[in-house]
Amino acid sequence: MKERKSLLATLAKIEGLPVLGVMLIMLAAFIITAPSVFTRPLIYMSFLQTVPPALVLGLGLTLVITAGEIDLSFPAVVAFSGFAFAWVFKNVDAAWAPWAGFALALVAGALVGYVNGLLVARIGVPSIMATLASQFFWYGITILLAGGLQLNLREIEETAVHTIFTGRIFGIIPAQALWGLALTVFLWFVLNRHKFGEALMFIGDNPNVARVMGINVEATRIKLFTWMGVIAAFAGLLLTIEINVFFPTQGQGYMLPVMAAVFIGGTLISGGLGSIVGTLWGAYIIGSLQAGVVATGVTSYWVQSVMGFIMAAAVVINVSMGEGRMAGLVKTFRRWTGSSLESGAAEIAPNEPDAALDNHSYGHE
Amino acid sequence: MSEDSGHSYALQMINVDKYFGAVCALRNVSFEVGSNEIIGLIGDNGAGKSTIVKILTGVFPPTSGELYIAGRKVDFRKYNVKKAHDYGIETVYQDKSLGEKQVLWRNFFIGRNITHPFGFINVRKEKEIANEIMLNTIGFRGKGITVDSKVSKLSGGERQGVAIGRAMHFQAELILLDEPTVALSLKEVRKVLDFVHQIKDGGKACIYISHDIQDVYEISDRFVIIDRGKIVANILKQDIGRRDLDSFLLEYAHGMKDGVEG
Ligand SMILES: Nc1ncnc2c1ncn2[C@@H]1O[C@H](COP(=O)(O)OP(=O)(O)OP(=O)(O)O)[C@@H](O)[C@H]1O
Ligand SMILES: [Mg+2]
Repeated sequence: MKERKSLLATLAKIEGLPVLGVMLIMLAAFIITAPSVFTRPLIYMSFLQTVPPALVLGLGLTLVITAGEIDLSFPAVVAFSGFAFAWVFKNVDAAWAPWAGFALALVAGALVGYVNGLLVARIGVPSIMATLASQFFWYGITILLAGGLQLNLREIEETAVHTIFTGRIFGIIPAQALWGLALTVFLWFVLNRHKFGEALMFIGDNPNVARVMGINVEATRIKLFTWMGVIAAFAGLLLTIEINVFFPTQGQGYMLPVMAAVFIGGTLISGGLGSIVGTLWGAYIIGSLQAGVVATGVTSYWVQSVMGFIMAAAVVINVSMGEGRMAGLVKTFRRWTGSSLESGAAEIAPNEPDAALDNHSYGHE
Repeated sequence: MSEDSGHSYALQMINVDKYFGAVCALRNVSFEVGSNEIIGLIGDNGAGKSTIVKILTGVFPPTSGELYIAGRKVDFRKYNVKKAHDYGIETVYQDKSLGEKQVLWRNFFIGRNITHPFGFINVRKEKEIANEIMLNTIGFRGKGITVDSKVSKLSGGERQGVAIGRAMHFQAELILLDEPTVALSLKEVRKVLDFVHQIKDGGKACIYISHDIQDVYEISDRFVIIDRGKIVANILKQDIGRRDLDSFLLEYAHGMKDGVEG
């Protein structure tokens, strides 16, 4: 028993392995229950085509949640940045228009993120509130600017931007899947091997520690939200370019699935530790769930329940293999809804040592 | 207490005031720390001890007053935690010194990483040095704790050991310990006190804050007593016995109580 536990513990140390296991089990289940669909490559190609925008959003959100914050504005950034791109593409008649649109979209995302960052870090608005407001605001602006209309971008298929970001490599693999993967690798290094990422972990763990160790907590938070904006804009671009159309409410369906992907991936809801690799698998689990469950032929009434069940199972597996990860959930929610300005007066009771963490500390040496 | 040059002082604080809005946390605070001196900073809850620490470490500036570190005047407009580190001031807090969920090696270098180009962390080097500090500076030999252990696995005394070891590694000239023994068992407190003795033996200076007068008495060379933002006594250890210090503090507490009522 003891040995099995330590084996599990060792395996759990490989980042994202439990979630990968969940994904494989799930796929196996789909292959058994819906062989006609899941033994053919077509369905997998379609996942590689549809999941990347959500994956990209999840990767950014992983950084945000690791830092103990939350961002609810990313769906609006998907719309706003998509509009920026579409507008330039439609209104500028030049070969470089798609690139200009691309750049403008990223700048738009950075702008939204930067404003979020200012609200949270400088003014001290709790991130859950600041970014919720921001979501409404930027959707509103997008609908206003677009006049509520969608923009058809069919001509985009002839452009290099389309080929590079959403083309089919060797005629089959969607390029966006590789972009998603590349971003996964890059952000893994940022979080785990860069001082910015380390600062995020310490801020999420305990901002006061970060502060007294010389981290500029406010500046780091602003930088974080700005990056989140840029990353969300990139997701918006992948989506818009893939489907060849901009519509002002695009992105609205992403909020909960993307969060689910991050948490299934094992990122601590209480902040301090995040798993980029986990988010990769989490995004593909969430992204293939609906299609998979539908393909198994259960009636549509069941689809949602089955999805919910699988998500819960994934999290349970992660928790039981990880280390008391749900601990501090309440504390975090308080942090999101309460004050982000921990300095000064809020310093009074920082240290009720995390019971779950401690329980885990003693033992099998 | 009559050196002419400031150079034998690790630190001098002169006429420092600190207001939080209308609340006066420090009033006209002046004291100095010799370059190899352990100061016991004593005072009731809310007296202003932590406020002094935060000013010294650049967390926030004073409202007015001057600060000299190793004889150099501090420009508060440019002073921050990083600068304090550069000046050789390191701090060990009761609970704010280490990131709980993080591995040890990250805790050693947070805020001053050894990096490759573009800010990527040189993990191998950091782990190597962290390991070296663990073995040689704090002597964590063979306890099943490695640089890859999470802080949450460590006992309270071990955590303070890590924080003190880190301070010593970064060539601290002055180590500030703000209630490092709160919530520790006697055995763990002992470890921390031993670490402080190492600071003294290493020729460095220290400000030690604790509500445990026995501990403070044991390790300090001098006592600075602060009450409601004002320094009320500055006594060499050789001039006062343990009992006398106790009764002085008690009397003082009573005196203030009367003062409040009167
Ligand atoms: N950031 C802040 N904002 C407002 N008031 C503060 C702040 N920090 C400290 N104070 C006030 O300044 C006074 C001194 O606080 P300080 O933390 O320095 O006391 P202390 O001597 O360290 O007490 P303790 O022994 O309880 O740690 C207290 O009245 C406190 O309420
Ligand atoms: Mg204090």
